[in-house]
Amino acid sequence: MPGPLIQIDQLSKRFDKGALAALDSVTAHFNAGEVTGLVGPDGAGKTTLLRLIAGLLVPSTGKITVNGLDPVTDSGAVHRIVSYMPQRFGLYEDLSVQENLTLYADLRSVLGSDREEAFERLLGFTGLAPFTNRLAGALSGGMKQKLGLACALIKKPDLLLLDEPSVGVDPISRRELWRMVYELVDQGIGVVWSTAYLDEAEQCARVLLLNEGALLYAGSPQDLTDRVAGRTYQIRHIDTDRREVLSEATKLATVIDGVIQGSRVRLVMAEGADPPNLAPLNAGLAAEISQIQPRFEDAFMDLIGGGFRATSPFANREDSAEHTMNQVVEARALTRRFGDFTAADNISFEVGRGEIFGLIGPNGAGKSTTFKMLCGLLQPSEGSARVVGLDLQNAPSKARGRIGYMAQKFSLYGDLSVQQNLDFFAGVYGLTGKSRKDAISQMIETFGFADRLDVNAMGLPLGYKQRLALACAVMHEPDVLFLDEPTSGVDPRTRREFWTHINAMVANGVTIMVTTHFLDEAEYCDRMALIYRSKMIASGSPDELKDRARASGMMDPTLEDAFIALVEQSDREREAG
Amino acid sequence: MKDREPLALRWRRLTGLIVKESRQVLRDPSSVLIAGVMPLLLLFLFGYGVTFDPRQLDVALVVEQQSSETASFQASLENSTLFEVETGPDRRLFERALTLGELDGLIVLQADFAEKAFRAEGAPIQVIVDGGDPNTAYLVSGYVELLWANWLEQEWISRGRPALAPSVQLEPQVWFNPEISSRNYLVPGSIAIILTTIGALLTALVVAREWERGTMEALLATPVGILELLIGKLVPYFLLGLGSMALAVITAVLLFGVPFRGSLAVLILSSSLFMLCSLGQGLLISTLTRNQLVAAQTSVLTAFLPAFYFSNFVFEIDSMPLALRLISYGVPARYYVSTLQTEFLAGDVWSVIVPDLIGLGVFALIIFALTALTTRTRLE
Repeated sequence: MPGPLIQIDQLSKRFDKGALAALDSVTAHFNAGEVTGLVGPDGAGKTTLLRLIAGLLVPSTGKITVNGLDPVTDSGAVHRIVSYMPQRFGLYEDLSVQENLTLYADLRSVLGSDREEAFERLLGFTGLAPFTNRLAGALSGGMKQKLGLACALIKKPDLLLLDEPSVGVDPISRRELWRMVYELVDQGIGVVWSTAYLDEAEQCARVLLLNEGALLYAGSPQDLTDRVAGRTYQIRHIDTDRREVLSEATKLATVIDGVIQGSRVRLVMAEGADPPNLAPLNAGLAAEISQIQPRFEDAFMDLIGGGFRATSPFANREDSAEHTMNQVVEARALTRRFGDFTAADNISFEVGRGEIFGLIGPNGAGKSTTFKMLCGLLQPSEGSARVVGLDLQNAPSKARGRIGYMAQKFSLYGDLSVQQNLDFFAGVYGLTGKSRKDAISQMIETFGFADRLDVNAMGLPLGYKQRLALACAVMHEPDVLFLDEPTSGVDPRTRREFWTHINAMVANGVTIMVTTHFLDEAEYCDRMALIYRSKMIASGSPDELKDRARASGMMDPTLEDAFIALVEQSDREREAG
Repeated sequence: MKDREPLALRWRRLTGLIVKESRQVLRDPSSVLIAGVMPLLLLFLFGYGVTFDPRQLDVALVVEQQSSETASFQASLENSTLFEVETGPDRRLFERALTLGELDGLIVLQADFAEKAFRAEGAPIQVIVDGGDPNTAYLVSGYVELLWANWLEQEWISRGRPALAPSVQLEPQVWFNPEISSRNYLVPGSIAIILTTIGALLTALVVAREWERGTMEALLATPVGILELLIGKLVPYFLLGLGSMALAVITAVLLFGVPFRGSLAVLILSSSLFMLCSLGQGLLISTLTRNQLVAAQTSVLTAFLPAFYFSNFVFEIDSMPLALRLISYGVPARYYVSTLQTEFLAGDVWSVIVPDLIGLGVFALIIFALTALTTRTRLE
């Protein structure tokens, strides 16, 4: 047995003197012939580590060897045995599939008969053979990813580095990618797969868990999951509000983490604690509690000392909005065409007050188009969108005054201070005079911004950024809050904090519209619409969607299983005509 | 690189990169726009639109009292191609038009014109111009003065009297550009602007785009060497630049009748050297910034504007203050425009061309050395 493929000793990387280390004295190894997961939220140091291994960065201190070679001094030799697929796949979008492959074949000196053989093998492997003349930019996310992989595999490497290959890729393509990666592993290639999705860790032989540049764990995912064995529970058949049950449960000292899974609540208990007692949770008479299989994420939360446990400041916020309407958001036969292409086709649904409604679907399916029509950013070609009874086409500014919008990743003006961001957004939403002053001071008080008013938003810790973004989106007390991919790439603890705030706002009667491709997040929704190929192919609560997958023979489907089953069913129906 | 690879493999990588870049150039509307449309646009602009030659001046002639002398002066004024003349008996008829800027000047022949015209104490002629537009004002008064002097001399001769005019005759002779047509020197200058844009702006943009889209990272992770990477970028844009230059020269000569008196070899050699300077600058900019916006601004500030100001293209370097004249020696476009203007208007004047070519060569070397030193095959 030869030594490990990659050996890393006390590796640190600082980009600026005095700045926080992007990677802080990490010691680890990677084996050939298996998938090593590099798992952690955004900013954990995953990309930095991959770039260091690929010889694209020079370590500040410490040492890396790849197959006995030093990536810094022997970069030429390392580049010949290592293939690296950067984020966004490193493709030339203005070149065709074949031209991209040809370029990388030239660059990696795959010539003569090897070359034709490699093209044939990879086009077959990725299913891209029918599309060789298509420009890479015109491919779907999943196909781009496969082409990126094919380019990286043009010459069989000893080591394949994949930087977040599953970002922007729908669950179906993601599963196919995993199948392809396992085939490579069987051929003896060492694969490093970096991801912010903790559920992907379970598919790896070994994982390195990174958080803020530090290595939290190295080993098999199962060993880590085992540390919470017997401590994970699910409460089912809740008669009361599951969000309140969760809120009560996380107040208990023995509960270290809790999340909503459809109509159920999942809890992780502290080590040595008794099973949770249903009585104080006010879950209703029919509620039951049972032990379930632990997940990697449960173990991760245990490792970092548990989830977000405080009550949201929103819970204390006095709700002054009048609630008269019941149907807060209405989509009626919403259709949007761009030239010949119908991006959204006859989409209808209604969302009631205090509901969380999700739009889910693969990239490019039409969920953003629908979302934009609902918040008045895009005119429908046909049909109508109404918010609190106001037609967005007839009274757009009035309707928009009742909407709050939070863009991806807590968009704020990073160069403006907390106070300036609040002032700016108050102005944007048309608050003036006393109501503006009151709204801002109320936000400052509610969120405890008082001691950070002069800090620039860029320099805030992630949790504060999130609160500030929320404060900016809701200070005009909207009836509906639109969230666009609110927590993708965010660490699980911050995500829990975010949903704690959202749940508290929902309890106050705010309606939430959320788009996400991240299905764990969709579990928080009361109901959702699954958009696929511009059409709404299913809608209902997470449990109803899971039931439909169960009907097709699956035992205990996750929302992702349900998603895939529904999409495949729609494909079959379309092909059958 | 410690390890030596077979040359054939490195060659293959290089040609692969060149083919890829050429495909991108041909598919990118912005490169077609900059290399194909911009030269034509600039040439048309300078060929038809912009000219520094005096245009026809609108003047009014006020004749307070008709006489044979005033008729003769009026005829010589109207015969001049410089003026478009209106005539009337009273200046008040034209004052408003002058105020409105519809007239460039007012020439008044007073009632006693015939009487005083040939007296030594001077002429009863008055020129009123709009000082708000000093250039035109100087032009009008200057031309009228000249015209007056000529007319007077003619009159003296025709009346059989000895001329009062000076014994020295001024007979200007213009070399190289006999029509003194500004088009003839603006066109060569605009070729330098085009090559600067392709070399510095387009190149900096495409490299920055590779960084932004993450393709550079993917390239750097392959066995590609620094030299291959640089040459792979250079060759397509070098050819694009020369093609664009050829298009501009052909259009200038055939369509605008700009003379070309030099040799093709010198044109190609100097253009190649200048293209290398621009490309080197573009690559240098792109190693320092990896953002298309910053790359565009940097190349406009450090390449385009200097080429515009310090090349004799529009602004004459000789009439600049010393400090600016010194700066102009650091701008490669200065040498290139000088060669171009010589080639187009004068021919192969070696005493001008050789120093220019040496200057360009030195710049190309310096810039490339800098580029090779600063470009790294890493992300830092």
